[in-house]
Amino acid sequence: MKTYVIIGGGVAAVGCAEGIRSVDTSSRVIIIAGERRPAYYRPMISYYLEGKTDFEKMEYRPAGFYEENKIELICDAAVSLDSASHTVTLSGGDTIRYDAVCVATGSRPFVPPMEGLDGVTCKTGFLTEEDACALEKAVTCDSRVFIVGAGLIGLKCAEGLCGRVGSITVCDLAPRVLSSILDDTAAGIMQKKLEEHGIRFLLGDTVSRFDRDTAHMKSGVDIGFDVLVLAVGVRANVSLVADAGGLVGRGIVVDERMRTTLDSVFAAGDCAEAADISSGSRRVMAIMPNAVLGGRCAGINMAGGSASFDNAVPMNAIGFFGLHALTAGSYDGEMYEERGDGTLRRLYVKDGMLSGFMLIGSVERAGIYTSLIRNQIPLETVDFEELRRLPSMRGFSPEYRREHMEGWK
Amino acid sequence: MKHVVVHEEWCLGCHLCEYNCAYANSGIKGMAKALKGKRVFPRIRVEDGNGDGKNNITFAVSCRHCHDPICAKSCISGALTVRDGAVTIDRSRCVGCYTCILVCPYGAIYTDGEGAVIKCELCLSNQAGSPACVAGCPNRALTLEETD
Repeated sequence: MKTYVIIGGGVAAVGCAEGIRSVDTSSRVIIIAGERRPAYYRPMISYYLEGKTDFEKMEYRPAGFYEENKIELICDAAVSLDSASHTVTLSGGDTIRYDAVCVATGSRPFVPPMEGLDGVTCKTGFLTEEDACALEKAVTCDSRVFIVGAGLIGLKCAEGLCGRVGSITVCDLAPRVLSSILDDTAAGIMQKKLEEHGIRFLLGDTVSRFDRDTAHMKSGVDIGFDVLVLAVGVRANVSLVADAGGLVGRGIVVDERMRTTLDSVFAAGDCAEAADISSGSRRVMAIMPNAVLGGRCAGINMAGGSASFDNAVPMNAIGFFGLHALTAGSYDGEMYEERGDGTLRRLYVKDGMLSGFMLIGSVERAGIYTSLIRNQIPLETVDFEELRRLPSMRGFSPEYRREHMEGWK
Repeated sequence: MKHVVVHEEWCLGCHLCEYNCAYANSGIKGMAKALKGKRVFPRIRVEDGNGDGKNNITFAVSCRHCHDPICAKSCISGALTVRDGAVTIDRSRCVGCYTCILVCPYGAIYTDGEGAVIKCELCLSNQAGSPACVAGCPNRALTLEETD
């Protein structure tokens, strides 16, 4: 009987365990959950603050899932990995021998050095259940909340808190919100929506120092606050593999079978760096679909099956107060743009294929565009004139529909 | 498991399937009462190019209930799950993040006008009991067939 170890307890880990079980129903499967709980739908924490869900609903799998699938859940953190002896060492000193291991350690908040940060009375990140609970405890209806970082995490936090605190101010060094996925025009539309709900922004500005509960900004502005949220960014947890001699970049480097450069060591989820087919380069694509699909692929291969996950692309669905931005791929090549009242549609075409898109406001059927990117469909085989106005299946050939759409004649 | 099969050469583009779908999912008795004067959000949509005259092809798109549904794997709330071969949605869990809209390769998941999403559930749990789009299709462009 073999032993498969999965380090990390999030959705990539569960995907991996399910992948293993689809091939091998009897060997040992061990999940080492650093967060010391079963997997949950982590992107839901901002909706928890809004009161739209609770932690019971957020459980990723029903009660009994781990027992039924004979998955051993160890609530502990792994501190080292030895690929020569095939062992993982836990924080208490115990070691576990594995036949194959998957590193699904996720990411952690990146906190740049900021003068006076230690002296801030009340501060938190916004990545985990624990963070959401700490934040909920810390705020009152009068709290002045100061969020450092206007990315996906910082802004979802702002939306979640909106209406239950006194004021929300968000700062970012970038000159626009959501700078990793939107350009100035698109970001401006989203920012306006957030401002309509009372969220204030200090963009292109950064904290020069904290003086207890006041942030002195580079611009000279002083911001007094009761609660500080640090949402500057995240870093992939790569150290287990890096220390063991495996290749890492911004994330743990994996191939299309989710193998690292170390023997019998796989990686998946937010800690991994894989090929992005929309750009041809390697990237960390820290989104839930990629974690689930990559995890499952790793699991199947660990257990001796054969799977590949070779069409990952960066993509994001994010919305605030009913205004949605759906993006995917790379913004590279020739651009097609259409603007409407509060809507924006941008498509990017390179080498005869769709390389990326950005849709704001009007987002219906965006997945048709995503599939053009993920499946690398040559645009000469579709009616791109029609597709670029509105996504449709009419823009594809009857043969394509018959071949790809289940139940199509 | 029986699924809705689309025969695109038989579709007249009459949009009746959309109305039958909206009615079946309305929870209201009487089609006129359910639909008249209301903006409807059917889970099946006819593509007819809005009469662009480019070609005569029309067909109705609803969830294909994929064997390996990327929507369910991508759902951040657990609202989309597979039950007995059908992809179903628990709207009480849906927070309207639209990740499913971002990943469905056929554009078969639609917004519901209230912030969540809707999709075909084969009428398994509504007042029709079996696909109303199929029952009402006047030219058998939609049929209910066993698929493997």
